[in-house]
Amino acid sequence: MSKDIRIKRGHTLRLKGEAEKTLVDAPRSKTYAIKPPDFHAVIPKMVLKEGARVEAGDELFFSKYSEQVRFTSPVSGTLKEIKRGEKRRIMEVIIDADPSDTYREFGTLDPLSADAEAVKNRILESGCWAFINQRPYDIVADPKDNAKAIFISGFNTAPLSPDVDFMLKDRMDAFQAGINALSRMAMVHLSVAHDSSSFGSIKNAELHKVSGPHPAANVGVQIHHIDPINMGERVWTVKPEDVAIIGDLFLSGRFNAVRTVAVAGSEAENKKYFRTKIGANVTELIGTVGDDIRIISGDVLTGQKLSNGQYVGFFANLVTLIPEGNVYRMFGWLPFTYNDIPSKSRTNLSWMFPKKKYTVNTNLHGEVRALVVTGEMEEVVPMDIFPMQLIKACMAGDIEKMENLGIYEVAPEDFALVDYVNTSKIEAQEIIRLGLDLMITEVG
Amino acid sequence: MEWIREKLDKLREPFNQGKKYEKFAPAFDAFDTLLFTPNHTTSKGAHVRDAVDLKRVMITVVLALVPVLLFGMWNTGYQYLKQIQPEVEFWDAFGYGAMEILPMIVVSYAVGLGIEFAFAIFRGHEVNEGYLVTGLLIPMIMPVGLPLWMLAISVVFAVLIGKEAFGGTGMNILNPALTARAFAFFAYPTYMSGNQVWVMNAPEMDAVSGETILGTLAAGQEVQYSSMDMFWGLIPGSIGETSAALCLLGALLLIFTKVGSWRIMLSCVLGASVMGLIFNALPSMGIEGNALTSFAWYNHLIAGGLAFGIVYMATDPVSGAQTTKGKWIYGFFIGLFSVMIRIFNPAYPEGVMLAILLMNVFAPTIDHYVIQSSISRRNKRKKGINPQINTAV
Repeated sequence: MSKDIRIKRGHTLRLKGEAEKTLVDAPRSKTYAIKPPDFHAVIPKMVLKEGARVEAGDELFFSKYSEQVRFTSPVSGTLKEIKRGEKRRIMEVIIDADPSDTYREFGTLDPLSADAEAVKNRILESGCWAFINQRPYDIVADPKDNAKAIFISGFNTAPLSPDVDFMLKDRMDAFQAGINALSRMAMVHLSVAHDSSSFGSIKNAELHKVSGPHPAANVGVQIHHIDPINMGERVWTVKPEDVAIIGDLFLSGRFNAVRTVAVAGSEAENKKYFRTKIGANVTELIGTVGDDIRIISGDVLTGQKLSNGQYVGFFANLVTLIPEGNVYRMFGWLPFTYNDIPSKSRTNLSWMFPKKKYTVNTNLHGEVRALVVTGEMEEVVPMDIFPMQLIKACMAGDIEKMENLGIYEVAPEDFALVDYVNTSKIEAQEIIRLGLDLMITEVG
Repeated sequence: MEWIREKLDKLREPFNQGKKYEKFAPAFDAFDTLLFTPNHTTSKGAHVRDAVDLKRVMITVVLALVPVLLFGMWNTGYQYLKQIQPEVEFWDAFGYGAMEILPMIVVSYAVGLGIEFAFAIFRGHEVNEGYLVTGLLIPMIMPVGLPLWMLAISVVFAVLIGKEAFGGTGMNILNPALTARAFAFFAYPTYMSGNQVWVMNAPEMDAVSGETILGTLAAGQEVQYSSMDMFWGLIPGSIGETSAALCLLGALLLIFTKVGSWRIMLSCVLGASVMGLIFNALPSMGIEGNALTSFAWYNHLIAGGLAFGIVYMATDPVSGAQTTKGKWIYGFFIGLFSVMIRIFNPAYPEGVMLAILLMNVFAPTIDHYVIQSSISRRNKRKKGINPQINTAV
């Protein structure tokens, strides 16, 4: 039964520098990288040594806790370097790419007529399992679990985020094949924007129309309104372009890790949609930028900070460039001044121009304080959840309370707007992440 | 402005980490950040942040207090001068009031901020902005002419016991400004109640009617002021509380900027009106009332400190209820109890202070039950159909 969902609470941040809707092939990176920290809670076990030859789709490493969960190379080439960080944690697995890819052949398979187990094994074998995320906890799914349902959010509301309809318009066959494959594992729910027309003919998935401000497109919000997660249940989520990659696997028999990356933001010069492979070097997309610009892999609310020469995140469809904000502002606390900085509160006048697009920088616009103001977090978390109380329970590590207040239904990204709006400059996403990690170790 | 910044950076050097005055950095930063919003950038979480910060919020409340404060200065002078001369010039009245009230504000800020700074240095955290509001509120809810040392002791009590003992701004249970008033009220009752304290130098003059309206009613006498006087605030009372009109103006600013909760304000007014109407209806139910019970319900809203308390005290987000539903309940009971205390206990004609403090104590309990209802909704969902319904069928 499909539902029309209207999200009322939330906040859409309007920023300057949207990517122009032109799709171009990105210049091929010399190196690509898979970054194990993109897969939270996965401890990678390398299968290959530096210098080994890989095809696209060859296994690079697997998860220590589940050997079935493999992570494969997005391109063909040689394994150049395994970059380690503190405590020898693997940070990047860098591959020296061939000029053009050669693929490991998995063979084609019709997911609808094949055995369900065979479909699942094909996804595991090819490394496509890495695209399947699990709620609760926002981690890579465990293949031993039975998911209640699979949720796909077919649009974006995050600031400057790419248009999914545009991104997928030449890949709808692969997308449908991906849905078919996923539907063999659990019921698939696909949420689309209320004004989207591209997904009308999609079969084997429950279609939901969603409207409203950000975070309406957050899959967690949609799950909450469609079929909320209860204790002990597992649901899986997949991003739309990853569904197409899974579909491609069944149609062509190859792990063709196509990634469309929109380059956006007020400081970006070439604001376009680029077609590349997963793990591309960000410098190939945007060139080298100065210290006064922040490169973000993802959107400004949830993305990761990158330096020149680093690699776009595994799941990221967006690279945002905004100015760094290490500047002082005189009397920055005066109400109704500095109206060029957007604010959801009404202590400046930016709310009077709802259509205006802003240039934002990375300044904190204040200092960290104890939680004082109430009611502002509730306005950006459109779920039957008390965000401030949940954050406090996470800070206190009170497991029973976290459970009662709905920790299973949230992911850090659902609290990204709380990071943004809260007066006390609390790091809500980090607190929720630590709370989820505590739940993983204590409850599992 | 560059040169000020450079100067400040130079001045800060001895306070930097590892330097001689490292421990006093919070005190320096308090002044520094008042001049300049710092250049801190986001290091984790969302990369961009809203323009609002605690300083902005607190300064907005201070702005909302300014009209009431200015009126309070004028009214203090007016109430005094009209007793001794037939015509009162505006600037005479204002000047007289300002001379009485400014020292109170200076003492309140000096003592309170002194303690805040000491705690910040001792505990190694930033100086919180909360006291910017509290420090202005405290003199405004005291009778004019309260000896400055009493004011200072009340401030010490409020900041130390009311706030810092719980961990500072954001952790306190009771509204600090009302804690100061409650302390003064019970420690120095002769300076805080009766008919001689509300107008400057009243005891030295004969035939001065320096009684507040609620005091007059409690004593069973006729009120000499009209509703209009009460609304505009031409009545004796604590410095800030008299003008309901200007409290309304402040309320509009707080609601417009979303700094103060309109839910709490509205539900307070509802609560007070309901209680007032019930007492007004007593004669029709065959019960004989008194001067207080027959005081019209709308007059309750504009007399005494109710309007001021509702707008500036009840809406304190730290000591008030935090959940949306909780705010409605919390506000409603503040209104209800304010009028109830006024009428039932003539020894405490100013019920709003006690009502807010009482509800401050109950706010966490209200929130608890509001949250519990959401939890049981979640638990019910988990079980699918409520098993009790099954067995009942």
